[in-house]
Order: sequence, then C-alpha cells, then structure tokens
Amino acid sequence: MIKIEKLHKSYPIGKDSLHVLKGIDLHIKEGEFVSIMGSSGSGKSTLLNIVGLLDGHDEGNYYLNGQLIKELNEKKAAVLRNKFLGFVFQSFNLISYKTALENVALPLYYKGMARKERLKIALDYLDKVGLKDWANHLPNELSGGQKQRVAIARALVTKPKVVLADEPTGALDSITSDSVMDLLKDINNEGMTVFVITHEEEVAAQTKRIVRLKDGLITSDELTKVTKAV
Amino acid sequence: MFDLDRWREIFQSINKNRLRSVMSGFTVAFAILLFTLLFGIANGLGNFFKGAFVDTAENSIFVRVRQTSKPYKGLQTGRKIQLKNKDYEYISETYKNKIEYQSAIIYKNFSIKYKNEAGTYSVTAVNPDYQFLEKTIVTEGRFLNKRDIKQQSKSIVIGRLIKQDLFGERPAVGKRVNMNGSSYLVIGVFSDEGGDNEERKAYIPVSTAQMMYGNNDYISQINLGYDRNLNTDAAIAFGNQMERDLRKKLSIHPDDQTALSIRNMAEANKFISTVMFALLLIIVFIGSGTLIAGIIGISNIMIFVIKERTKEFGIRKALGAQPASIVGMVVQESVLITTIAGYVGLTLGTYLLSLIGDSLEEDYFITNPSVSAKIVIGATFVLVLSGLIAGYVPAKRAANIKPIEALRAD
Repeated sequence: MIKIEKLHKSYPIGKDSLHVLKGIDLHIKEGEFVSIMGSSGSGKSTLLNIVGLLDGHDEGNYYLNGQLIKELNEKKAAVLRNKFLGFVFQSFNLISYKTALENVALPLYYKGMARKERLKIALDYLDKVGLKDWANHLPNELSGGQKQRVAIARALVTKPKVVLADEPTGALDSITSDSVMDLLKDINNEGMTVFVITHEEEVAAQTKRIVRLKDGLITSDELTKVTKAV
Repeated sequence: MFDLDRWREIFQSINKNRLRSVMSGFTVAFAILLFTLLFGIANGLGNFFKGAFVDTAENSIFVRVRQTSKPYKGLQTGRKIQLKNKDYEYISETYKNKIEYQSAIIYKNFSIKYKNEAGTYSVTAVNPDYQFLEKTIVTEGRFLNKRDIKQQSKSIVIGRLIKQDLFGERPAVGKRVNMNGSSYLVIGVFSDEGGDNEERKAYIPVSTAQMMYGNNDYISQINLGYDRNLNTDAAIAFGNQMERDLRKKLSIHPDDQTALSIRNMAEANKFISTVMFALLLIIVFIGSGTLIAGIIGISNIMIFVIKERTKEFGIRKALGAQPASIVGMVVQESVLITTIAGYVGLTLGTYLLSLIGDSLEEDYFITNPSVSAKIVIGATFVLVLSGLIAGYVPAKRAANIKPIEALRAD
C-alpha cells in the first residue's frame, strides 16, 4: 500500500538546510496498523506529511497504492488525497462555521457527489462514531473527544485506502484517548490501513507494528504483542 | 456554468461571516453611492448651464440699437439710432453665406379680443425664420410664411395660453380675432419651452405691423441664426465683423456699447463649453478618486479575509479541494458581494438624487441632478472587476501554499 525507498527530505533554514529525513525505507501493506514513534524533531511528522501528499520529498521513491509519486502538482495531489487518504489531525481541523454533518460531508463535495447523497452518507458515518445526535452542532459546541470523532468520520467518509493520524490523541485526556484509539482499532479490524504518529508509548502499544524514528532514520521496526485488537 | 453546491458553499461562508461580508459590501456600496451623488450633482450643474438657454436657438445673434452715449464724427450724444428695412437687407446680402436664419422684430402690446373674451398681450412682428430662432413649436395650423410678409396679410399666430384665455377648448385656427380695432385671422397656435411668458405672446408679419402701426420701415431689433457649419470661433469673428460694419454704416462710435449691442450666443456657448469642460475635469477627478478609494478598500478587505481563511483552505485541500476550486470560490464570493453592494449603492444614490430633484435649482444652480445608467453601470463594472482581481490575486497565492503550511497558519 505504502512503499518508501531511501526517502530524503530537508528544509532550508536561511542559508543552511536542515536534513530531516536521511534515507527512510518503509513498506506498509494493506490492512496494517502502524505507529511511528519518535521524539519531537525525529522527523515523524515530516514523514506523515510526505506520505499524506501534504508535502513533497527531495530524494528517493514513494509508491502510494502502487503509483509512483513524483512531481505532483497541487491539482493531482488533491485528487489523490481525496481518493486514497483520510486525515486525522491533532488539532482536529474542523471548519468552524460548518456543522458536524457538513464537516463530514465536505470530502464528498470535493469528490463531486450530490448534496442529498453525501449528507446521507455523512450521517451514516457520524452514527458509526456515535455522534448522530450531534450532527447539527457546530464544532465549538462539541468536546475535544467528540471533535476528534467527527474528524475520524470525515477521514473515513470517502472510504480511503489509508487513514493517516497525526497525534490523534495529543489534545485529549486519557479516557477520551482510549475511546479514539478504540475507534481506530475498529476501523483497522474492518481492513483499513491505519498509520498513526505518536510519542506516547501507550498509544503505540495498541497498534500492531511500531516503527521507531530517531534523527531522521529508522532505529527499529517490530510487531507488537497485539495480534488482534479487541 | 451554474453550480448549486458552489453557491451553497458561498452563501454559507457569507452568512457565517456576516461582519466581514457586510464590511466589504459597505465599502463598495459607499463608494458607488458617493460616486453617484457627486457625479449627479456635477451633472445637475451642467444641466443648469445648458438649460439657461433652452428656448432660444444656440446659434442666435441679437442686434439691438438705442441712443448713442458718445459723440462721433460731429454727431451728438443722445442721438436715437433706428434700424430700418435697408439695414435688414444690408445684413442679409453682405453675410448671405454665413446666415442660416434672419428675422426683423418689432415689439408691440395690444389687446386681443374674441367674442366676449379679451386680454392684453405682447405682440411681436416677425419674419417667418423667427420660428426657428425662437424654437417655437407650432401645435396647430402653421407659422407665418413669405406670402404673409409679401401681402402684408392680417394673420396672427397665438401662444398656447392666449388660445386658452380666448378660446378655451374650442378650436382657434380659422377664427378671426379683433386686435387693436382690426380683424386678424388666426392661422396657428404655438407652444414654447421657455415658459408661460413665451406662450402668452402672439406673432404677426413684420410688414403688416410696419404698414398698420406707423406706416414706416422701422425695425426694433434684428435676430440672426449664424450658419451652424461655422465653428464657435468663426461665429464670434462673424459677429464682431458685422458689429464693425454696422457701426460704420450707422455712424456709431466704435466703443459705444449703448447705441449698438450685438449679443452673440457663440460667446455664451464658448463660456458654457469652458465651464462644462472644467466640470468634466472635476467629475473625472472626483469620480476616479472615489472609485480608487473603493478599490483599495475591497483589496484590503480581501487580503485580510484570505489571510484569515488560509487555514480553512489548508483543511479543504487536505480533504481533496483543488486550487482552482478554492480560487473560484473566493472570487465568486467577492464578485457576488461587490455586485450586490454596488447595486445597493447605485439604487440609493439615484433615489437620493431623485429626492433632491430640482429643489436646489434656485439657490445652488443644480437642475435635475442625475447620472446616466451607462456611467453608473460602468463604475459598478469597474468595482466588480476590481473585486474580482482583489479576490483573485491573494486567493491564487493562498491556494498555491502547500497544504502543510496552510494548516499551520492561524
């Protein structure tokens, strides 16, 4: 599903450049539940942004669903993101003036789906994350956990190949964190590839495979004891 | 290309961000309102100047004589100058190719009577061309013609209000009226844009007046219409030339303004066109200044709006929005707001101008202030276009920011 070979990325800082990713090789197959662990500055967010086509890479090859990602313009990237990827952000990134339902339906709008149909599907997904009764509330009327569940519903609504979650529990307390992680596990159990970035051991421990990153290189890549999430 | 979903997105965005929408709308509406008002008032000033001469042909020259105020060639001060038929013929022959219309004029006041109705009116004895010089509009019958002059016929053309006084609703043409003891045949009725006084006049042939009232060849005044092919400067030169010739012929001192005065509308026209040109400059200056202020206003607001929405654009892009759809959304919103606001400003402006109407005519010399639809639509178009550009440039930039940077924005 995701195949990365000798990936390099550096950011210019004034005259110098900061070498963030120094040759990453990573292969994630369909249906995997992978977490990337690392301290801040290890390059894990950069990796996720490149995987999510939110940012480009300098060197190496990146295959998404077997397609080589190279010199994408914003238009093509937008189409690919809409088709293959779902995002869950640490800060939720819901559009503040749209209701929960409209936020969930937005990716379907960019897919070109008719309004009636996309609202119906969006409502199904809100139901799935247990927020059907909150469909017509604005984000600022929801709790953090609820917001993140809306965001997850939004990530899932286009039936993407991969769900990318950047510190999905970073802004949540431990109880809501667990409910969000349970939701991600359920999604994975239904066969979707889930790719989580975190710096919390407890979160990583709930995934099936942990990739540790340090200073732009992979230091370890092992399966966890979780064979089947409950 | 009508996209209902796109419009829905835009209306939601406008509705949920009312303050900024109203703010940008207000800028445009206010600019157009000011533009309309200033332009309209300037137009009203122009109308006043033009309207001051509406009932007389704009190519008229009036030749009048009175007593001399200066001795000349041994002749005394206070000598009465009299125009005569030979002066009239001298002018028409000397300047044949420069004159379009010519009429001699004798002013009288007579009582006119029809059956039991009677009144005293100013009666002017004229030549047929006078109709065109005074822009007299014949509504019934006909004006005087050459045969009336030749035969010294006792024909009379009466103003609309005389007809009303004497005949009421009954027809007047073909009836005989009694004027100063003689019977005249009413051959026509006229109206005049110069107002009631002009319509309370009657015209008779100049030859008839000379025969009936004095039995001489005296003339009070001569009116001319210079050839319209002459430009203003040539017309002024013609007037001056004629003045010099007449002074020589009538033995009047070259500087004696009382004895002979020639009023040339070409000079007034020149003055009016100078004033109108100055007005036009002011209009262009004020108008473009107001529009530029409006354009800068929209641009500022759009830059601010787009900066505020950068993160939202990042989210939309992460969800699959293409740059073009974001640019299109912003531009469409901006154009929608400027169009509606422009229309509001325009309607309000024209409404205010219509309220002002002619109420400022007496004190401020403003007649019927208004703007032509063409100019206002043009101005609104300029604002809409600038709203489009003001939206497009920053939106294009925002849409091309990498989503990861846009998401970080706050």
